[in-house]
Amino acid sequence: MRHLRIKRIEEKIFKGLMIIATLTIVVSLFLILVAIIRRGLPVMNWDMVSKIPSGGFYLGKEGGLLNAIVGSLYIVLGSLVLGLAFSLPIVLYINLYLPENSKLAQITRLSFDVLFGIPSIVYGAFGFTIMVYLGLRSSLLAGILAVTMLIIPILIRSIDEVVRRVPKEMKDAALSLGATRSEIIWVILRQVSPGIMTAILLSVGRGIGDAASVLFTAGYTDSIPTSLGQPVATLPLAIFFQLSSPITEVQDRAYAAALILTLIVLALSIAGRLYTRKFSKNKI
Amino acid sequence: MNQHRYNTYRRVREFAVRHTMLSLTIVSLLFAVVIGISLYYKSAPILEQKSIWELLSGSTWKPLKGEFGFFPFIMGTLWVTAIAVLLSLPLCLLSAIYLSEYAHPRIKKLVYPMIDVLAGIPPVVYGVWGILAVVPFISEKLAPHFVEFSTGYSILAGGIVLGIMIIPLMISVFIEIFSALPGGLREASLSLGATNWQTIKKVVLRKSFPGLAAAVVLAISRAFGETIAVLMVCGNVSEVPKSIFDPGYPLPALIANNYGEMMSIPLYDSALMLSALLLFVIILAFNAISRLVLIRIERNFAL
Repeated sequence: MRHLRIKRIEEKIFKGLMIIATLTIVVSLFLILVAIIRRGLPVMNWDMVSKIPSGGFYLGKEGGLLNAIVGSLYIVLGSLVLGLAFSLPIVLYINLYLPENSKLAQITRLSFDVLFGIPSIVYGAFGFTIMVYLGLRSSLLAGILAVTMLIIPILIRSIDEVVRRVPKEMKDAALSLGATRSEIIWVILRQVSPGIMTAILLSVGRGIGDAASVLFTAGYTDSIPTSLGQPVATLPLAIFFQLSSPITEVQDRAYAAALILTLIVLALSIAGRLYTRKFSKNKI
Repeated sequence: MNQHRYNTYRRVREFAVRHTMLSLTIVSLLFAVVIGISLYYKSAPILEQKSIWELLSGSTWKPLKGEFGFFPFIMGTLWVTAIAVLLSLPLCLLSAIYLSEYAHPRIKKLVYPMIDVLAGIPPVVYGVWGILAVVPFISEKLAPHFVEFSTGYSILAGGIVLGIMIIPLMISVFIEIFSALPGGLREASLSLGATNWQTIKKVVLRKSFPGLAAAVVLAISRAFGETIAVLMVCGNVSEVPKSIFDPGYPLPALIANNYGEMMSIPLYDSALMLSALLLFVIILAFNAISRLVLIRIERNFAL
């Protein structure tokens, strides 16, 4: 009898601990969001999102963060286009052309799983060595390339996940009607478009928030670049650089920038959730 | 005739598409090799002058005098990673067990999106949170009980921030492993009169141990490479930390902090690229091993 009671008590204790652990994780998320909002909201104003830095900005004078916001968008859009151009063909190839238990497909999947774990600072450093080798300076183009390297594994892994789940019968049906493999690409793409959207939102969220990859490659500037060869400011670096300033007004802007970045990332995450919910209803 | 020409066109297009895609796939596989080679190429100058052992065990870092000892940075990285994993492993394990074995679907529906949000928060925002909350907490509340003085910018702050950052990765791999376990195993144990917890302890955890270990290795390698957040809260003093309230200087932070001046001092860029190469090789190996373990588990359970 005692034995039975002990195992009941043990069960209760561990269940309690588990609930506490889960609550701790949830609460820490809220603590982070509350800390960012509480510090960032009072120093937010319209100038932050509508103006670029003017003279004396880094001494606490007029201006805003438009250069960093636009710069981050440029980088993320550029690398998204490039990233999709690389990852869609790769995913389609390993799923459409290669047989089910192909070694090449397995190796490709493994290698992108591994590349997914490579930290962004390594991509930044690698991008930098290439830039030095080619004699390029830090620029929008270099930033886009570095972020592209960072998001390709994310895109490939998450698109592969959905393409893999397309029913084999669908492929077979199209092929038996006389379509070539490249002609059924569109059928597959239409079927997995919600999944691709999720992958896009995921990689945009990762790309827009990453500082270490653009630190070496994109540089920093107060103006909005007009060509691919010019340096470009990004939101994460705006936070990082301005936070190290001793002047309170400049630090305030870093907190405002952190709030903007957090809101962008939250919006992307919510959009992804709503989007998948909407489309998972009428999936076959 | 026209039909025939159209079909030829289709065949040519098929050929072109197939081979473009194949070559893209092959090129992508070489990518990791290219990264490794180019980082090695850049770090070769310093490796020619000093042995790798000398560099790794040296503890003075004076680039101007040509002294590059990586030991303090390696210790900084190890300390921060160890604290992060010690903090988050129990949390993640308990929480993953709860979510996959006990929790009502409604609770899962509530918690999973939150873990996703936690995963989506950019590193630099974690760093800001570290400065706003963790650093003051350590310097004002925690450190006075243990040491005379701490600015709060310490390896403990880095470890806490990093610990939270690796939670989403660790917990989601844990949950995946638990859900890959065949339900029959649990039922067999429960039908013999074991409680839920006994089943978890004696069956679920034991059976999924290799997977859990692989997940921890994945989380460790994520922690190794994290740069900005750690850089912002760690204090960045190039000495071996003596207590968790001391500042530390992890390898990625070293790279990120000095890229500006590295071109003007001889061998400096080479030393920094060597640290990038070290990170790359270690993390590549860790990731490859743990992914292989996870793939094997998936295959074994999917019978």
